[in-house]
Amino acid sequence: MAHIKINEELPGIRSLMDFRPETAAPLNALAEVLLRNNEGLTMGERELIATYVSSLNDCTFCQNIHGAVAAYYLGNETVVKVKEKFEHSTISNKMKALLQIATNVQLGGKYVTENDITNAKNEGASDIEIHDTVLISAAFCMFNRYVDGLGTHAPDDPEMYRFRAKKIVEETGYTHSSPK
Amino acid sequence: MAHINVDTNIPGMRSLLAYRPIIAPPLLALMKVVMRSNEGLSLGERELIATYVSFLNDCTSCHIIHGEVAQCFYKDAPELVSQIKENEISNQLPPRLHALLSIAESVQKGGKHVSQAQINIAKANNITDLEIHDSVLIASMFCFFNRYIDGLGLTSNDTLETYKERAKNIAENGY
Repeated sequence: MAHIKINEELPGIRSLMDFRPETAAPLNALAEVLLRNNEGLTMGERELIATYVSSLNDCTFCQNIHGAVAAYYLGNETVVKVKEKFEHSTISNKMKALLQIATNVQLGGKYVTENDITNAKNEGASDIEIHDTVLISAAFCMFNRYVDGLGTHAPDDPEMYRFRAKKIVEETGYTHSSPK
Repeated sequence: MAHINVDTNIPGMRSLLAYRPIIAPPLLALMKVVMRSNEGLSLGERELIATYVSFLNDCTSCHIIHGEVAQCFYKDAPELVSQIKENEISNQLPPRLHALLSIAESVQKGGKHVSQAQINIAKANNITDLEIHDSVLIASMFCFFNRYIDGLGLTSNDTLETYKERAKNIAENGY
């Protein structure tokens, strides 16, 4: 049961966006610039970082919805493999180096080492890509806590997440997605 | 040294917003809506939650600046802010504040650490759903900002004097 009175027919963050539209607007705008941008990292890579950090934070709703969006771009197998053990997946060495940075950001900002950064740069990551990786990872340490800290509901049905993911990608983005 | 090429003459998170201007509007809008609302939680309570979570995340610059901003709202109780800045929350705190900070402390560990018992204590202290919502969101936001700043290796040129000056300006004029 949720910790506050929200419409529990709405899943995850959507119930909170319905509860508090004033904060929903900047949160959606933030998700849009973090994830719906192809400068440097592709949209698929951005969603993959979001999914991976959400799985480290054990946030069921976020890892399923962003996992479904990432799967839209990159295929489900890639998403499953990355969540299992990204080092053994078929993603590029640059993405592996960036996911190592994401792993450490999830632990805490000071866990990111000079060595992590050098590895990423050696694999061809630009400053903007490193910046965006840290930003996306850090932001999902917020979204995940917000969703779980208020005890929102995460449905089990993978079809719901796939349906919603397709809608986000093809129609609404995050800015125009309605909680309902 | 910062991990990427940012302008180190700009203090705090502003240097990152200058580096990546597209994220400035939503981040500043979020700060304004969440940190500068007097609906439910006071401005001072919001800053105390930010200070405490930044302390738990070991983010020095955030914990100093938000502690100084909080101090501006608690002029009559200088020991209150230092108590929260330097120690774990104690039962000496007023019960309402203790309940709010205890929820924030659990959020810092991870969303699923917030317990029904903590929520019940908050509600028994007349803390509303909106106030619980905002406490969780502020604590979550600072788990974001603290990681963003430290994860990119930002260092600060601030002195206690410049922190105080910036804090006064934030307290009076907002973000």
